[in-house]
This record gives sequence, structure tokens and C-alpha cells, in this order.
Amino acid sequence: MDKLIIQGHEFNSRFILGSGKYSLELIKAAIESAGAEIVTLALRRANTKTEYNILDFIPKNVTLLPNTSGARTAEEAVRIARLSRELGCGDFVKIEVIKDTKFLLPDNYETIKATEILAKEGFVVMPYMYPDLNVARDLANAGAATIMPLAAPIGSNLGLLTKHFIKIIIDEIKLPVIVDAGIGSPAQACEIMQEGAAAVMINTAIATAKNINEMALAFKLAIEAGRKAYLAGLGRVLNFKAEASSPMIDFLEDK
Amino acid sequence: MQINGKNIILKNSKTLEDFLKENNYIVGRIVIELNGEIVSKDKYSTINLKDTDVMEVLTFVGGG
Repeated sequence: MDKLIIQGHEFNSRFILGSGKYSLELIKAAIESAGAEIVTLALRRANTKTEYNILDFIPKNVTLLPNTSGARTAEEAVRIARLSRELGCGDFVKIEVIKDTKFLLPDNYETIKATEILAKEGFVVMPYMYPDLNVARDLANAGAATIMPLAAPIGSNLGLLTKHFIKIIIDEIKLPVIVDAGIGSPAQACEIMQEGAAAVMINTAIATAKNINEMALAFKLAIEAGRKAYLAGLGRVLNFKAEASSPMIDFLEDK
Repeated sequence: MQINGKNIILKNSKTLEDFLKENNYIVGRIVIELNGEIVSKDKYSTINLKDTDVMEVLTFVGGG
């Protein structure tokens, strides 16, 4: 069986679902349509006026992946990660350290520092990063469980702008490479899975779709298709020449 | 004292546990940071809040 293995934890699904931007009632259905086994969350100030909590809408068998969104430094990311773990939902953490408020690009240097600290504390550390091979190596050495390079700016749906650099990381780093941020369509998810991404994370592309459930399902199928294509091995490419698919003998040329 | 960035006046001395109950927080859904330190749930009944305390009451919300 082809499983996604993150630091010894096994998953059948390669679809990590972000839970931002939905109404709470839609989240459960989206998770089910996606077949997602990992769902991201954020930590924020509690509001006593809100009757329901997002945890009431996430099936119990789903692994929760709290992010450190809001952190601008490694220190803040570490603080958020520790607080999230205290909520009692496991050791997974997606590190996100963002100083740049315009493009929301991750700060790779602070991300490495936070990864090192949290990995030593026993967290399963999944750092979100700008796709730079040197940084990916540093993250691996710092104890990261996966590498999560961005495809395009968060929430943009722009697609695989960094595809070539993600591919370099996939080829060079032994850890699972999970493409996070910017994927806007199932075709793009399929394409990067074909290239050997271990999983993809999708949020905005589904949350802003006209039909959330159908789009969650479309991504699920695309991710599965891309994975199968990767395992099958893509056919070779011919440049500036052709090769007939049908036999060229035994019929008209004999006359 | 300060809670989630807002100043409030503690009418009388009370434990953290009593404060959370009075304010309808669901203990299983929150984490407390008091003066920069995480407070584990088994300590809620033993901590007395003070007027100088700075507290964060946090929970999970949707996020990507």
C-alpha cells in the first residue's frame, strides 16, 4: 500500500486540507469530500460569544496540524507551537513565520531557527518555506519531518509559479515534500504530484470555489491521479519529431 | 487585570477555574497563557488571579 509517512505516522490520503475561510458547517463536508486525514488549524484568542468551536466539526480520526500563523519571529512561532500542543491535539505543527505583510512570504531564516527548537522538543515539525534547496537542507538537518515549499503566494490561486525549484527540492531531499500555498486548480495539484510531491495542501482554492464539496472531491481525484502517474512513471517526451502510435505497416503502403 | 488585550477589573479574588466558568469558556477547547507562561489544566483550580496578571485565552480556529 502506498502510504504517506511523516516521521513514522502513516496516512492513506495525500491531501492536506486547510480549514481557513469556511463557515464551520461546511468544514466537515469538505473534509469528507476531500478524504483528508490531516487538517490545519490556527490558534487565536478565544471568544466566549461563539457557541461552536471548529474542533466540533472535525472528525475524530483526523490528525490536526496547528500552524503558527501570526508569528513574525522564530520565538513567536515556538510560543504558538507550545500553546497549540497544550490544547491536547498532538505533536504536529506547521511552522509559518511571516514578516512580509504584503506578499506573506515566509522568512526562511527564522523558520530554520524555529524548526531546530521545536524538533528538539519532540514536535513533528512541518515547515512552510520559500523553495530554496539550501534552506531545505538546513531544515532537514534541523529535524524537520517534511518540507513545505510554496507554489505561489498564500491565497493567490496562482498555481505552480515555483515548480522548477520545488522539483529540485523533491529530487534532492529525502523527506516528504508537501506543496503548500498557491495551488489554484486540481490540474496544478495533479501536475506537482506527478513530479513526485509527497502531498499537497489546499485551502483557498476550495474555500473560494463556487461548490466547495465538489471542488474538494475534484482535488482528491486529481491528487490521486497525479500520485498514480508518478508511481507509474511518465512516458518519454520527443522534441521536434514524431512517432506513430498506430503500426505503419501491413495496409495501404502495400498497394 | 488584562485578558486577551482588554483590561478588566477583578471584583474579588478568584481562581482561574472559577473565572473561566463564570465567563463560559469551555475548558477542553482552550489553552491559557498567564504572564507569558503556559498553564496546564490541572493547575486551573490552584491559581488565584491577581489584578496585575496578563492572560491570554486561546483556542483553535480555521486556518491554512
